[in-house]
Amino acid sequence: MNDPIRESMLKKSKAAKRETFGKTISFLAIAVIVAVVAAIFYFVASKGISTFTQNGVNFWDFLTGSTWNPGSKGADGKPLVGALPMILGSFFVTILAAIIATPFAIAAAIFMTEVAGKKGTKILQPVIELLVGIPSVVYGFIGLSVVVPFVRSIFGGTGFGILAGTFVLFVMILPTVTSMTVDSLRSVPRHYREASYALAATRWQTIYKVILRSAMPGILTAIVFGMARAFGEALAVQMVIGNAFTVPNSLTTPASTLTSVLTMGMGNSVMGTLSNNALWSLALILLMMSLIFNLVIRWIGNKGGNTK
Amino acid sequence: MKKKILGLLTLMATMLIATGCQIKGEVMNVVGSSALQPLVESAGESFSKIHPDLYVNVQGGGTGTGLAQVQGGAVDIGNSDLYAEEKSGIDASQLTDNRVAVVGITPIINPDLKVSNLTLQQLSDIFSGKITNWKDVGGQDLPITVINRAQGSGTRVVFESAVFKNGEKAIKAQEQDSSGMVRQIVATTPGTISYSSYSYINDSVKTPAVDGVVLSHDTVVDNSWKIWAYEHMYIRKDMQKERVHEFLNFILSDDVQDNIVNKMGYIAIKDMKVEKTLDGQVKSIE
Amino acid sequence: MSPKRVDKIATGVIYAMAVIIVMILVALLAYILINGLPHVSWSFIVSPSRVFEAGGGIAAQLFNSFYLLVLSMIISIPLSILAGIFLSEYAPKNKLTDFVRTAIEILSSLPSVVVGLFGFLVFVIQFKIGFSIISGALSLTLFNLPLLTRNVEESLQSIHFTQREAGYALGLSRWETVTRVIIPEALPSLITGIILGAGRVFGEAAALIYTAGQSSPALNFSNWNPLYINSPLNPFRPAETLAVHIWKINGEGIIPDLNAVSTASSAILILAVLIFNLIARSWGRRLYKRLTGAN
Repeated sequence: MNDPIRESMLKKSKAAKRETFGKTISFLAIAVIVAVVAAIFYFVASKGISTFTQNGVNFWDFLTGSTWNPGSKGADGKPLVGALPMILGSFFVTILAAIIATPFAIAAAIFMTEVAGKKGTKILQPVIELLVGIPSVVYGFIGLSVVVPFVRSIFGGTGFGILAGTFVLFVMILPTVTSMTVDSLRSVPRHYREASYALAATRWQTIYKVILRSAMPGILTAIVFGMARAFGEALAVQMVIGNAFTVPNSLTTPASTLTSVLTMGMGNSVMGTLSNNALWSLALILLMMSLIFNLVIRWIGNKGGNTK
Repeated sequence: MKKKILGLLTLMATMLIATGCQIKGEVMNVVGSSALQPLVESAGESFSKIHPDLYVNVQGGGTGTGLAQVQGGAVDIGNSDLYAEEKSGIDASQLTDNRVAVVGITPIINPDLKVSNLTLQQLSDIFSGKITNWKDVGGQDLPITVINRAQGSGTRVVFESAVFKNGEKAIKAQEQDSSGMVRQIVATTPGTISYSSYSYINDSVKTPAVDGVVLSHDTVVDNSWKIWAYEHMYIRKDMQKERVHEFLNFILSDDVQDNIVNKMGYIAIKDMKVEKTLDGQVKSIE
Repeated sequence: MSPKRVDKIATGVIYAMAVIIVMILVALLAYILINGLPHVSWSFIVSPSRVFEAGGGIAAQLFNSFYLLVLSMIISIPLSILAGIFLSEYAPKNKLTDFVRTAIEILSSLPSVVVGLFGFLVFVIQFKIGFSIISGALSLTLFNLPLLTRNVEESLQSIHFTQREAGYALGLSRWETVTRVIIPEALPSLITGIILGAGRVFGEAAALIYTAGQSSPALNFSNWNPLYINSPLNPFRPAETLAVHIWKINGEGIIPDLNAVSTASSAILILAVLIFNLIARSWGRRLYKRLTGAN
């Protein structure tokens, strides 16, 4: 007995099928991404760890040593792979650039979303998006021909160093941080603002006490991304920081970052040798450092979210 | 709309698979030293004109990459600034060396410096950090800023082996990745000194004489200019492709040596009156 | 100080900082354009580059940049949208999801040179694709996916929950709600994300040096059959993009007019990004109107 109604009730509806389909393919997509992430992690980790397992470098010496010359051996017969100068250099430029960029990015975002309205957005947004598309090489060359001489004329020395790197990175991460901050300010529901104004708060009070707090996790994410970009940026920084493997003792003497050493050394070393493995260890440190940053910011974000 | 996108994707996929199966035309991969890249690239262009179905794909990436990849068989030819024996991690016995050109390397200094001659000993003292002011070598009172090429760079190895005769160690100094960067920094930063292969020299930097000799084609060929090296194109000993051998012969032909090698600031192999062995011994060729 | 006073001061400060930013940005753009545009001419855009003589152009490089952009976007946009949907709509709120998110974020901080080397060892060597546009596009996809996925998730999350409830109330399934209600609503911010990603792809050099390569076959612009090695559409040919070209000639170039070529290329690169932005934006606005009925 064929009852069409019974059949259609029992069969999965079209919508349900589509739902399954959608869920499946979106799951597959995330699975692909996770697989890729895992592959890259494994790749970097396995190559980076071999410095310590195959070449017998002490991990602690690697982190705290201050001489980087993988091609030759030190007085104690151990390879000279001390990454401290680069680790400090990376930390300094990243944190300094983020410290300078954050207030500017937040101000620009507030300007675009709260103060100037549509007109401000119309001017600023395209300019900011345009800046993301400038290749880091071009940033580097502008840094080399404008920022470095500028630093030199004010602070003396050669002009190459952490300060020049900070300036270049500041401009480079500004668009990323700003546009993400704008997104998070925009996603604050309108009734928050209305409620605040209804309580007779001024615009600044509304911005400061309501909007910024409610958007805090988003802003923090924006900063992490900015720092991540600063961290991972190689070509531009490499041109202005001077690439000297010394522990930085001032902002205007040549220093180096993890990425600049990585980029410079890769082509000049043979895969599988210590010189090459040591570079992958730097990449591994880079990953671990951004993991730590990430966890810290997440923790702050959670705290902010709870008190909201 | 989704269907359209899906259709487009399918089309793309089929296209990719189709192309993957049968490419019309042969590719020869040459990878390595960026200093040698422009030379091989223009030789490759001329070679492709004779063989229109062949494309010579020349990539930089550095001497280390070139040697490692040719050894692993991933590319046909590996360009190198150094003898394969000089690079750790490379088994030179598997490779055949083809010396295709000679390159002279010269110190370069900021054009505002009042120094026009340096001795090899002075160079050694400057790059090992014993001399730190230009007034000690006859210039004005200005601190010396040394710019090195990256560790492992071919140009740096050649320069240091010619200058550091007694096992001196290079001072910790700024390092740069490429000849172009070095040239630009030396041109604009007061008191800087570095070194560069002859093909990259232009008016923006000053090239002092070394021990009274000025770098030129003629001073390199008789070894009166001491800082020079061969540019190598390595292939695997078991290389089967005929086109690869043909291409190497093409580069060594008089036509290419005269019209491309010498014009680009390198020195043709056939012009050399001396020969340098792996351990740095120089003897004259009859 | 009265709140009104504070409000005035704060507004002033925000204005001042916005002005400073605009000034920095405008100065930067002006610097690039003023230095570069005088060297740009039609023949520069359409003629092939030269290795050691003056007077070369950037025809192939410009084409390669766009082709690579399109290919990598074709791969990464669907993937990241689907993955973003999963993270935003389906993923259970647990430690595992958090872990996946963190992993994706960390990936985005990987220097592009590492991504490039990964692409080199995996696509170029392991999969034997060789230095090619497709290897470059895949590497750029790796490089772009984290940011795009993150952006999709955030855009979807920022849509007000009432929209979702309205969808469910109409009897739509979750998938239908997302594709028919949420995505159209989130389109403007999705497009912003895509434009940002495209800008990064356009300007990326380090990830491409080892994958798409630093040289380009002499292209035959009259042969559009992708089966030929000299066809512009062949995705298996090596391709130097504009950003890589700028990097290469500045690093190791020996052409005498290096400075002119480099500044002109930078200017063209920026103009290309600008044009791309305008097109994507107007196209996005049209799509948004059609899908949402908004005016």
